[in-house]
Amino acid sequence: MAGVAREWREIPGRYNLKGTKCGNCGKIFFPARSFCPVCRRASVGKMEEYSISRTGKVFSFSIVHEAPESNSIQKPYVVAMIETDDGVKITAQLVDVEFDQVCIGMPVRAVMRKLSTDGESGVIRYGYKFVPVE
Amino acid sequence: MMDVGIVSYGAYVPRYRIKPEEIGRIWGVDGKSMGKGLMINQKSVPSPDEDVVTIATEAARYMMARVPEVDPKDIGAMYVGSESHPYAVKPTSTIVAEAIEATPNMTAADMEFACKAGTAGIQVCMGLVGSGMIRYGVAIGADTSQGAPGDALEYSASAGGAAYLIGTEKIIAKINKTLSFTTDTPDFWRREGQPYPKHGGRFTGEPAYFRHITSAAKMMLEDRGTKPEDYDYAVFHQPNGKFPTRVAAQLGFTPEQIQYGLLTPEIGNTYSGAVPLGLANVLDHAKPGDRIFVTSYGSGAGSDAFDITVTDEIANYKRDNAPVLEKILSKTIDLDYGTYAKFKGKIVMPE
Repeated sequence: MAGVAREWREIPGRYNLKGTKCGNCGKIFFPARSFCPVCRRASVGKMEEYSISRTGKVFSFSIVHEAPESNSIQKPYVVAMIETDDGVKITAQLVDVEFDQVCIGMPVRAVMRKLSTDGESGVIRYGYKFVPVE
Repeated sequence: MMDVGIVSYGAYVPRYRIKPEEIGRIWGVDGKSMGKGLMINQKSVPSPDEDVVTIATEAARYMMARVPEVDPKDIGAMYVGSESHPYAVKPTSTIVAEAIEATPNMTAADMEFACKAGTAGIQVCMGLVGSGMIRYGVAIGADTSQGAPGDALEYSASAGGAAYLIGTEKIIAKINKTLSFTTDTPDFWRREGQPYPKHGGRFTGEPAYFRHITSAAKMMLEDRGTKPEDYDYAVFHQPNGKFPTRVAAQLGFTPEQIQYGLLTPEIGNTYSGAVPLGLANVLDHAKPGDRIFVTSYGSGAGSDAFDITVTDEIANYKRDNAPVLEKILSKTIDLDYGTYAKFKGKIVMPE
């Protein structure tokens, strides 16, 4: 389990889908990057904070039957690659959904859920998962 | 003091449900008649990845979605009332405030007063907003309440919450008056480190719930010079369906007046979320000029009463930017007791 300092640094991305946008070429990055790998030196000082759209659709998905221990209580569950309205692809759990309803192109939105806990006494990690748009 | 009221609201209830007959089946009790006696048809259950933080966040995000013109940075205070905060020490309110991007120039704190911590938060925000100390305040009541396995509370203790943006500008419902009735009455409690609360059985009725609600409600009617028939809607705390129905009748309110504010029969007792959710369902249906009577109750014990008038501003309010409660409650997934026990962490797992 990662330390609390790292957890804390990731909060803007995990809670509010904060990424970055290259002020030179307009490419959006999530998780946030401080440097554009395309524009390289030209992007220095031009990376802007960018809020990724919280709505999108399922680009692809899989049903997980062999889960890591941290998520075993929820198995089987859906993990999906979500294409947000601004074209960013985010991999996350898709919850509150019946498996036979999941399909490519399904409209979804981001919610905040518990991702994991560091044992009984450790920190609770919150972040984005997606649910169907009703 | 300037007019203070509700600028926006949002509500959230998890999708999972369990019925009293399924709980009774496990404990050798006639769950159906238990449910009938309590007037509870089913109760909501949080999914394993939901807790007070996620429920409060969802309600707060719905609240903010309905007022896109409000800059979250203008929120000066956030209070989350609950008796099931995920941490014993570490505020829920800072996480929710971060999740709606209201941080960092604000104050925040968690509240606890059994089932009335949410309405206590509304009162605190009213004071801060009314005095001009802050522009907007957020008060949230949310719970993932616990009932000991086999105990009467297990048939009712559920999950849900609602968030209120309190302010003075573009208020959709003016809070004309609030007052409280508070005593030291040990009808229900949970000691530090204990997983389940204890209660005084029948003692939770007359000297606790009924005394506090009727006292606060009568004080309010007297103060305002109003009668029950002057109100279009009434919302009372609802640990089950039976108590609010009975207290409404005692005070002279009709079943029609409490109809929209009474959600417990379909979702169970959401504790700190109960009155905030009932009021949210009323506001989902309210029209300009409607008058709403609200009285919460928290064990330990106290009642907060509110006299509210819906304003013309509700006609411009972007209610459709977030789902109304009827829609939120329409999609449910039934659980058997085994899955419910797993979801609620009642099964001892290996390290």
